[in-house]
Amino acid sequence: MEFNPKIIAFLCKWCSYTGADLAGTSRMEYKPNVRAIRVMCSGRIEPTFVLRALRKGADGVLICGCHPGDCHYQEGNYRCLRRYHLLQKYIQQMGIESERLKLEWISASEGKQYAELINSFTQTITELGPCHVKETMEVLT
Amino acid sequence: MEEQKPKLKMAVYWAAACGGCCVSVLDVHEKLFDVVAAADLVFWPVALDTKYQDVEDMPDKNIDITLFNGAVRNSENEHMANLLRQKSEILVAYGSCSHMGGIPGLANFSTKEELFQRVYKESESTVNAGNVRPQTEYKVEEGILELPEFYNDVRALADVTDVDYFIPGCPPQTERLVEVFMAIVTGAELPPKGSVIGAGTKAQCDECIRKKSDTKRIKKFHRSWEVEDDGETCFMEQGILCMGPTTRTGCDYRCINGNAPCRGCYGPTPDVSDPGAKMMSAIASIIEEKESADIDRVLEDLVDPAGSFYRYSLPVSYVRRTVS
Repeated sequence: MEFNPKIIAFLCKWCSYTGADLAGTSRMEYKPNVRAIRVMCSGRIEPTFVLRALRKGADGVLICGCHPGDCHYQEGNYRCLRRYHLLQKYIQQMGIESERLKLEWISASEGKQYAELINSFTQTITELGPCHVKETMEVLT
Repeated sequence: MEEQKPKLKMAVYWAAACGGCCVSVLDVHEKLFDVVAAADLVFWPVALDTKYQDVEDMPDKNIDITLFNGAVRNSENEHMANLLRQKSEILVAYGSCSHMGGIPGLANFSTKEELFQRVYKESESTVNAGNVRPQTEYKVEEGILELPEFYNDVRALADVTDVDYFIPGCPPQTERLVEVFMAIVTGAELPPKGSVIGAGTKAQCDECIRKKSDTKRIKKFHRSWEVEDDGETCFMEQGILCMGPTTRTGCDYRCINGNAPCRGCYGPTPDVSDPGAKMMSAIASIIEEKESADIDRVLEDLVDPAGSFYRYSLPVSYVRRTVS
């Protein structure tokens, strides 16, 4: 059976979710593997969310926020960026491939870029294969 | 004559732990007289000559309160966890190891095979030409000798059996134990099952006496030996990693008062599902830099994020062992 990755995307309300919406209303076609979760700001995305997604069986996690300098709350996306770098360091230490976690800035007008991002990220994860976090955590003793 | 109240029956058991928890029980000092006046210690391998068989012979729920310290690392730990659960009215996970996996839980960075390879083959002091490994059974003339089975994963007590209460700390502050014990003895109303007791609900930082400014900004992380601590400024503001933002109060600031940063043994504040992730969130928020390259440079000095943020809690976190 062909591997069909599960991807969780956390999108900020002001830029990235609107960008995703634009891709939809412009009837752009892109891969259906992403489950989008809207949050108020990329600064709201805690490392806990990402780790929980991986633990629950996500094969990849995508984080999108406003471009640097464009955050609706001024500083949120910088916090997101710092957390992303720290998380990357942590997941690699835990043996999780760094490609499974991706951060991209998507503005409200970048519907096309969003569609392309989803396609390329889905491609990356498909090539990488299933994530083993969930099954590893289930095996005890 | 006034009828004497029946004495409580109490047990203390030591699984995968260093023994510090048992010492913290002994640290009640002269309060020990109050303890033994109110309770009989029926099982405590480190201090009394009691055997596993004595516990097995007891009727169910015979022990009123068991303080179980240590993580579950092998089949012996697991057997005793289940046995003591069966024989105890109240089972308390006592100390960081049984609460969250603790320091032994850091072994989840390695597999059983990697650990055995290191210990029985590669370690500098090992001479093991025959590549002998511990077996769970070994036949000798007199019969069969048994050893517990070493598991691949270290687990916290609640991952193995049903736990009534958790008393955190590495080791728990003895004063907290006395408070909890006295509450049980005097028949005070006990908190709901599953509660963390003998600890506060606020974060360490909330009540820390060190001086804090409103603009917490970290430009560089230091190892504690690299900084001459002024004894009064917040450790984080001096660039020293401190687990204060996400760690419960209750320890009476043992480390901070000793001029050492918090290591997080009391575990996370209530409602935190993954202690290390919460700490990563807090730390990342206060790094000064805004460019990827600069952020990476600051993070370079955090040499072991997983080990630092999950020092006591790896087995209970979302990613509780390394993925191979």
